[in-house]
Amino acid sequence: MTEQLKPAQPVLHLDRVSRVHGHGAAEVHALRAVDLKVYPGELVAVMGPSGSGKSTLLTLAGGLDSPSGGQVLVEGIVLGSLDRKKLAAVRRRSVGYVFQDYNLIPALTAAENIALPRELDGTSASAARKEALAALEELGIAELADRFPDDMSGGQQQRVAIARALIGDRRLVLADEPTGALDSTTGESVLAVLRARCDAGAAAMMVTHEARHAAWADRVVFLRDGLLVDETARQDAGTLLVTAAANALKGKDQ
Amino acid sequence: MSIRHGLLALLDQGPRYGYQLRSEFEARTGATWPLNVGQVYTTLGRLERDGLVESAGEDDEGHQFYAVTDEGRVELRRWFDTRVPRTNPPRDELAIKLAMAVTVPGVDVTGVVQGQRRHSMKALQDYTRLKGRALAADTGDGADLAWLLVLEQLIFQTEAEIRWLDHCESRLGQYAERQAAATAEPGAAPPARRAVKSRARGRL
Repeated sequence: MTEQLKPAQPVLHLDRVSRVHGHGAAEVHALRAVDLKVYPGELVAVMGPSGSGKSTLLTLAGGLDSPSGGQVLVEGIVLGSLDRKKLAAVRRRSVGYVFQDYNLIPALTAAENIALPRELDGTSASAARKEALAALEELGIAELADRFPDDMSGGQQQRVAIARALIGDRRLVLADEPTGALDSTTGESVLAVLRARCDAGAAAMMVTHEARHAAWADRVVFLRDGLLVDETARQDAGTLLVTAAANALKGKDQ
Repeated sequence: MSIRHGLLALLDQGPRYGYQLRSEFEARTGATWPLNVGQVYTTLGRLERDGLVESAGEDDEGHQFYAVTDEGRVELRRWFDTRVPRTNPPRDELAIKLAMAVTVPGVDVTGVVQGQRRHSMKALQDYTRLKGRALAADTGDGADLAWLLVLEQLIFQTEAEIRWLDHCESRLGQYAERQAAATAEPGAAPPARRAVKSRARGRL
C-alpha cells in the first residue's frame, strides 16, 4: 500500500514515440519522437490543428496502433512487448477509450455496451450491469440504460461511450474530442465527470481543439506537425500527485 | 466599467453604506475589478451631487447610509435599456504588440504568439478551476450566479484570444511559406508580374 505514495510511476509514458505512415516519397511523419508522461490524478489535454498528430498520439497510447520508433508504457508495461491477447486484456482492464465515432455495438443496449468490457474480463453479468448502471447515473443518463444506440441522439451515444470508458477501475482514460457532439452545458458536465475521475486518482489524456475544454486539464500540450512544441507547466505537480495517491489510499481503506 | 451604475443597482435593493457596497459589488464580480472604499465614496459623492442618491442617515455604529432617489431609479433603467457601445473597440495591447512585431525586423513573432498562448491558456485553466469551484459551491443565490456569469465572460474572452492566436500562427506560417517560395526563385523576389507571365508563356 505504501507503494501508492510513490508518485514516480506515470500511468502513461510515451517514450520518444514516432509514427511514420507510408514509404519513400509518400512518407508522412505523423509523430516525431514525442515524450510525454501522464501521472495519476492528472488530466492532460492535447491541442493542435488538424493533421498535427493528435489522434495518432491517442491511438498509440491506447495500444490501437504501434509506434514506428520508441515505446508506449501503460502502468509500466511496454505495450509492444505483449502478444495480442495480453494487449487486449491491458486495454480492457487499464484503458478506457472514448472514440470520436463512439464505437457502440448496435445490437446491445446502452447498459450492455457499457458492461461488455467488464463481462469479457470475467465479472458476473449482474455485477457488470450494476457497474454499468452506476456509470450511467454518474453521467446523468440513467434513463438510457435499456435503449439501443440507434434510438439515441449523437450526444446521448457520446455520453454512453464515455460511461463505457469510465466503468470499472480504469486507471487511464483516453478521449478523442469527447465533447464533440454535445452542447456547451452538457459538454461541460462531461468534462466535470472526467475531471472528478482524475481528482479521484485516474489519469486521462484528452484530444480537443477547444481551448475552453482543454482548460479543464492540469496540463495542456500543443502539437504541431508531429512535434510537441509547447505545454502549460504544471506548477502544483507535487501536491497534485500526493493528493491523488492519498485519494487512492482512502478509496482502498473504505 | 461603470461603478456608478453598479452602485445604483445595489442601492436599488435598499439603503446601504460604503463598505457594504464594496463587498456586495465584489461578491457579484468575484473581485475581478477590485474597488477601493475611496472609489466607492467618491462615486457616491458624485451620485449625490447629481441627485441620483441621497443620504439616508446613520446607524448606531456610525455607518453613513445612502438610498437611491426616483431620478436614480430612472437612470438605472436607462442604463439597463441602453446597449453597451461597440463603436470604439477598447485598445488591446496584444493586438498592438503583434501589429508592431510583424513590422519590426528581428522580432520572433511566432515566439511572441506561442508565449502568449501558453500564458493565456494558463489563465484559462485558472478561470476554469475557479468556475469548477463556483459550480460546486452554488447555493442558488443570485450573487453566485452573477459571479459565475462574470467568470464565464472571462473564460469565453480568453478562449477567443487563444483561437485568434492559433489563427495568427497559421497566418504567419502561410505568409512565411509564400515568402520562402518567392525567394527560392532566383531573381524573382518578389516575382514581377511580367516575369511570372513570361515563365507561364514558356511552359505553354
